[in-house]
Amino acid sequence: MKLRNVIAVLFLALAVSSVAKAQLQLNGAGATFPAVIYSKWFDEYKNLTGVQFNYQAIGSGGGIRQITEGTVDFGASDGPLSDEQLAEVKAKQGVEVLHIPTVMGGIVLSYNLSSVSQKLKFDGSVVADIYLGKITKWNDSRIAALNPGVTLPNKAILVAHRSDGSGTTYIFTNYLCKVSPEWKEKVGNNTSVNWPVGLGGKGNDGVAGLVKQTEGSIGYVELAYAVQNKLPYGLLKNKAGNFVDANFNTVTEAAAGAVKNMPSDLRAIITDSDGKNAYPIAGFTWLLIYKDMKNETKAAALVKFLKWAMEKGESYASGLYYAPLPKQVVKLCEKKIASITSNGKKIK
Amino acid sequence: MYLGSKPSIEKFGWRFLTSSTWDPVQEIFGALPIIYGTVVSSLLALIITLPLSIGVAIFLAETAPPWLEKPLSFLVELLAGIPSVVYGLWGIFVLVPFLRDTVEPYLSDKFGNLPFFTGAPYGFGLLAAVLILSIMVLPIIASISRDVLRSVPQSQREAALALGATKWQATKIVLKDAMPGIFGATMLGLGRAIGETMAVTMVIGNRALISPSLFDPSYTMASVIANEFTEATSQLYLSSLIELALVLFIITIIINGLARLLVWSMERRWKAS
Repeated sequence: MKLRNVIAVLFLALAVSSVAKAQLQLNGAGATFPAVIYSKWFDEYKNLTGVQFNYQAIGSGGGIRQITEGTVDFGASDGPLSDEQLAEVKAKQGVEVLHIPTVMGGIVLSYNLSSVSQKLKFDGSVVADIYLGKITKWNDSRIAALNPGVTLPNKAILVAHRSDGSGTTYIFTNYLCKVSPEWKEKVGNNTSVNWPVGLGGKGNDGVAGLVKQTEGSIGYVELAYAVQNKLPYGLLKNKAGNFVDANFNTVTEAAAGAVKNMPSDLRAIITDSDGKNAYPIAGFTWLLIYKDMKNETKAAALVKFLKWAMEKGESYASGLYYAPLPKQVVKLCEKKIASITSNGKKIK
Repeated sequence: MYLGSKPSIEKFGWRFLTSSTWDPVQEIFGALPIIYGTVVSSLLALIITLPLSIGVAIFLAETAPPWLEKPLSFLVELLAGIPSVVYGLWGIFVLVPFLRDTVEPYLSDKFGNLPFFTGAPYGFGLLAAVLILSIMVLPIIASISRDVLRSVPQSQREAALALGATKWQATKIVLKDAMPGIFGATMLGLGRAIGETMAVTMVIGNRALISPSLFDPSYTMASVIANEFTEATSQLYLSSLIELALVLFIITIIINGLARLLVWSMERRWKAS
């Protein structure tokens, strides 16, 4: 009897406290890559306005599924929805989904060659052929031609790739499709692909682990991860013909180079982009927002938050190892955000 | 699970089990190499670990002096309690470099003409997964077998010894009595090996490939599901992964059924004799 009383009191306390705390909460789910900056944003924004966010980093695929099923207020994804997926959301939820780019990431080629001290240079076709298994030795004449003066060891190349489905893989294979017709035909572009060669590691840490552990290996990892963990990585030749080091400026410049061809729904892929110093393997990550929302309070809160994120939130990006959006893209996003409605009415 | 995998079953039919291309881009899904990887890694692990763990169990239950038995049993049980991620990390940082620098070059040097030991020794691959699995399964089989051996009545041993049997002969009699229990422990271990996800995916190389060589990368069903489920965006991709889970489930049922059948036939033989 006593125990039951205690439990009853506990439940009551819980109920009271949750009523007291009942404030606006927005639910979201999706990509893991931007989860760090999103939680920073949500935290800062909650301190400012009291609006709570509940974001679950379950992966881009999960985010797309949740927004399609209508179980969340917003989604997040590293890859844009395909036309079929957009049509599916429209059919199931009766509204369009908007893509709002938030930050950008770059992907670097990390390698492990103890005898080489300077940064190696790569170009698109060499990277594609390494990942196709056509270039198998580090002292291959094509790698040597890009790196005059560097003594390359006569070592087999161990290729490392992601084993889990990932937006990183999506952007990387998208780049390879653009620079290598053979890659496009044989392998293609997706969050995970049928790799012709190599070993798979789970997550950025898995690939980095493979690379760190094995002399003569090469693998692709997110720029943020490589910087935080001080992994060595190579320079990459961009469309303009320059060898570019990956950093937040060159990634942002890749987006700037893509602005003039930006599609109106902002589903832009910015790999192999124009621009003198544009780093070629870069990509946006998006928030997925319903164009029209039933719940007016939630809609207003979400729109306010998005505006804040574009105005203030971007400044947190580089501190957390993300590349901020260039000004032109922010402008496009703000226009997009202004078009969000609630029950057909504009949100003030 | 069947409902979830329906689109894939309708699209691929039996080809899902017999084709060996796993290509999420073209949306062609054939699970043969993945099923192969699962079955081979688990069975090899069992073959390695079984003699070891039964040996450990006999030692703990029959011959070890009490002052040694207590801490040893504790250690074996502790081994069972280690999370699999920790095994995986140990695999990456200790086992894999050891395999790459010592074991695999030796094997390919001495037995390189056998198909099992060909290819470049990267460390990551089927061999690493098999070894990790056998270490993970050992404590399960060993500690259950020990309990089973203990539960054999003391009078059996005494009777055997009284009839002039040596210690080893008495142990053999006890072993015979404990056989169904040990067999059950083995099945439990096999179940863990087949379903193990994290530690395996960290060392196996994760490529859907059928190769006789233990040095080559491979893939298991549980790893594929864990790796690809979160980012599987298309309906067919998702349902193929669910079908994979269904196949895993069916394989487990088959193994369990076979085990039951075996235990049942053994028991009948004993009752007859």
